Amino acid sequence: MLLDVRDLRVEFRTRDGVARAVNGVSYAVDAGETLAVLGESGSGKSVAAQAVMGILDTPPGRITGGEVLFRGRDLLRLKEERRRRIRGAEMAMIFQDALSALNPVLDVGSQLGEMFVVHRGMSRGQARARAVELMDRVGIPAARERAGDYPHQFSGGMRQRVMIAMALALEPALIIADEPTTALDVTVQAQVMELLARLRRELDMALILITHDLGVVAEAADRIAVMYAGRIVETAPVHAVHRAAAHPYTRALLDSVPRLDRKGRELYAIRGLPPNPLRVPPGCAFHPRCPVARDICRTDEPPLYEAGEGRRSACHFWRETLDG
Amino acid sequence: MPEPQCARPRSVAVEAVAVAAAATPDGGAAPGHGAAPEPGAAPQRRSAGSDGGAPTGKPRGLWSDAWHDLLRNPVFVVSALVIVFLVVISVWPSLIASRNPLSCDLALAQEGSRPGHPFGFNGQGCDVYTRTVHGARTSVVVGVLASLGVALTGSVLGALAGFHGGAWDAVLSRITDVFFAIPVVLGGLVLLSLVAGTTVWPVIGFMVLLGWPQISRIARGSVITVKQNDYVQAARALGASPARIMLRHILPNAVAPVIVVATIALGTFIALEATLSYLGVGLRPPAVSWGIDISDASPYIRNSPHMLLWPAGALAVTVLAFIMLGDAVRDALDPKLR
Amino acid sequence: MAEAVLEVTDLVKHYPLTRGVLIRKQIGAVRAVDGVSFALAPGETLGIVGESGCGKSTVARTLVGLERPTSGRIRYKGEDITRLSGRALKAVRRNIQMVFQDPYTSLNPRMTVGDIVGEPFEIHPEAAPKGDRRRKVQELLDVVGLDPEYVNRYPHQFSGGQRQRIGIARGLALRPEVIVADEPVSALDVSVQAQVINLMERLQNEFGLAYVFIAHDLSVVRHISDRVGVMYLGRLVELGSDSEIYDRPTHPYTQALLSAVPPPDPAARAHRDRIILAGEVPSPARPPSGCRFRTRCWKAQERCAVEEPELTVPVAFRGQKGPAAHPSACHFAAERRSVPAAGGET
Repeated sequence: MLLDVRDLRVEFRTRDGVARAVNGVSYAVDAGETLAVLGESGSGKSVAAQAVMGILDTPPGRITGGEVLFRGRDLLRLKEERRRRIRGAEMAMIFQDALSALNPVLDVGSQLGEMFVVHRGMSRGQARARAVELMDRVGIPAARERAGDYPHQFSGGMRQRVMIAMALALEPALIIADEPTTALDVTVQAQVMELLARLRRELDMALILITHDLGVVAEAADRIAVMYAGRIVETAPVHAVHRAAAHPYTRALLDSVPRLDRKGRELYAIRGLPPNPLRVPPGCAFHPRCPVARDICRTDEPPLYEAGEGRRSACHFWRETLDG
Repeated sequence: MPEPQCARPRSVAVEAVAVAAAATPDGGAAPGHGAAPEPGAAPQRRSAGSDGGAPTGKPRGLWSDAWHDLLRNPVFVVSALVIVFLVVISVWPSLIASRNPLSCDLALAQEGSRPGHPFGFNGQGCDVYTRTVHGARTSVVVGVLASLGVALTGSVLGALAGFHGGAWDAVLSRITDVFFAIPVVLGGLVLLSLVAGTTVWPVIGFMVLLGWPQISRIARGSVITVKQNDYVQAARALGASPARIMLRHILPNAVAPVIVVATIALGTFIALEATLSYLGVGLRPPAVSWGIDISDASPYIRNSPHMLLWPAGALAVTVLAFIMLGDAVRDALDPKLR
Repeated sequence: MAEAVLEVTDLVKHYPLTRGVLIRKQIGAVRAVDGVSFALAPGETLGIVGESGCGKSTVARTLVGLERPTSGRIRYKGEDITRLSGRALKAVRRNIQMVFQDPYTSLNPRMTVGDIVGEPFEIHPEAAPKGDRRRKVQELLDVVGLDPEYVNRYPHQFSGGQRQRIGIARGLALRPEVIVADEPVSALDVSVQAQVINLMERLQNEFGLAYVFIAHDLSVVRHISDRVGVMYLGRLVELGSDSEIYDRPTHPYTQALLSAVPPPDPAARAHRDRIILAGEVPSPARPPSGCRFRTRCWKAQERCAVEEPELTVPVAFRGQKGPAAHPSACHFAAERRSVPAAGGET
């Protein structure tokens, strides 16, 4: 197991109380595997990733429990100094908004080269040459000339490529991509996803893909972890999920997306709203919105039940959900 | 370059919101928005009421929210108490100082404190305590009126420039640039030496003349920012008149930064009045002002420091109180903390 | 088709690019919308899709009178509204309302929900007598699925989905015949998005509304639209019923756009014929000559650089009946299946 996150907990202290943004999340990624973490805003999917990556803002955030085992070492127990050396070199991150993730006053070539100077001790000249190579690899035309350009001179899609290049620079074993294509147009999104898939294959990297887009999940993921209110509610191989979901939330999500290939009738709409992280309902957090909830759901928090086919579901009634 | 008004600029704004919200737990229903627990939006209209609870808390506007925040902020409470005290004694100085600030006895010049005269006497033999108390009126009147004048002139001109744009805006921007280039104290020495008189009006007039460009810039920027919001577009699409859009939609949302800057400027106007009076071009005796007293006392600072310390201390506390008030108001109105 | 409520002919909107501060000199123009024509029947939904910069939002803004078109006509029930001003324009505006994308900036934070939803009545006092307004506002809140007791609350006390309902209630207040919705669900979460789409469909049936529904999400547009127009660089490139566009697209851009959307079914991964377009959208300030898509099109030939294709039924399909015969602005229009068949369910 390349990355094994166990029972991760993150809290935010706010003026109005403590928000348990991540409330006991466990997931694992094998080398070369793509795991999609699916969830709506407020589900804790990005916060969990930031905690894994070690870039969570503390305060206001605070990791209150759990382990992040990366190649067997618990990252949460490492000194910041050692974590910093792992970051970038062994695991890297791609953000949604490339414009704000890149430094506006440095040209792109220098920013890419910086990685080699800091982590590999290369000279400026060598680093620049590697930067151009990288830009070429992620499909930026006229890489040599464009290396002197600043981030705002690139289009959205090209900027995303620059950020991917930066994440790939040191050939890390794991990449965490947080909504990498959400800000992009469909045709550009297709280009970027294709690039990510190609590079992942070539470099045999593991990928954690954080997204709310079921299409992106279906296209790129091997396995899927669905998050709701700071918890994982279902994990399963992506094909299995699509045949039948073992958690009512997953199922509702699948049913509530309009389809491109046919004109549906009325969409299935989950009633109500995702809970406020300050006041997560007791028992199963989904019970106020769940069509199959019973008394036990209001009182007992469901564990992640083994549901066969490499699937786990945090629903007391996973069997019925799978069948019906 | 005028961007074509297509989806991109807007969706970027939405994502920026999402990114900002991600600083708190993962965006969305984050407490960062100050959202009360989410009441359910009912999928069916029949169950509208029953499905979701009401948002907790009383229905409060942003203004009353800001007011509640202010009351919980000790900086605000302390500075507001100081200011209330100052306002009261400048309206009724005789409440705590019953003597006449102009009745002096040269025989008592530079004397230290004695019973009934806790701050001692100044170079003319006037009671320092009485003069310090009476001096508050000048400072408060100058500060408040200059701030009001600056805020009104500046925000009307700035708001019009921001709202209409075009040539009007370009001309106004150049004019403000010119005013920014005038050094305040030097300008005061030159302009105010032309007028004789012991009233506060020339001083206030001078401050408004040099102060409005700052507020006008802020008002202009604020109006331009607010103007781009969709609710302004929505009102336009409904056919609302420009006056309605300005008064109902833009002003209430654009006024906060003006209030903050005007409050902080109030403190600096008080200090400026003292400076000008010290230099002999602001208020002139027999007017009572902390600046005049500081000026009179400075030759005697070695022998009789009390003559200087009391009016200077009062000035410092007053200026500080207004600046702290401005800071507290800004914190309460800052939408980023909301 | 029944007589159109809204008819747009050769709509053009150019934004001048200027230089200089006091004396401005025009040095060019951004051709945000450059000759768009369509008609909207009563009670129908016309979806407009396209990528950012294509001009779809500008079309929306000209329809509701937020922008004055550079040229072209917008006729509401036969009357050209681009020439109107003052009282006459205001009267027409009652009938064409807008729903905005961003639920966080489209509601005035200093106004209560009651004031926001009631504002249309204040601007158009003839629409409801004064004493009646509060009741009308509460009715509207009920219609969009919000508790009528919320009238005294402020927008920041609501979530994104609820705010969008408030925006819809405001749009409905004057009982318009046409609602122009610019990306009304793209800022919402998936589960909330479905609620709002369902609401809009229900309101359409209840009030006989016609929608111009602008979005970049192709699946959402298919779900809600009767007809769909695809825009590229300020022009409509293809226009037809939802199944004509989605099942039988003939314009290469539409085909590329549809094929780029990842289907939510992993089983479709294998037999997917995805077209990855090269390059990026050219600047609308300097659009390519001839067909604007030619710089990224795999079918482009010399003719495409010279002759601008018109939006009509292509020669190859003329005289045919069936879904492929619909307007498509391509010299070499041809069918190509772009959306993989629904897995096992069709």
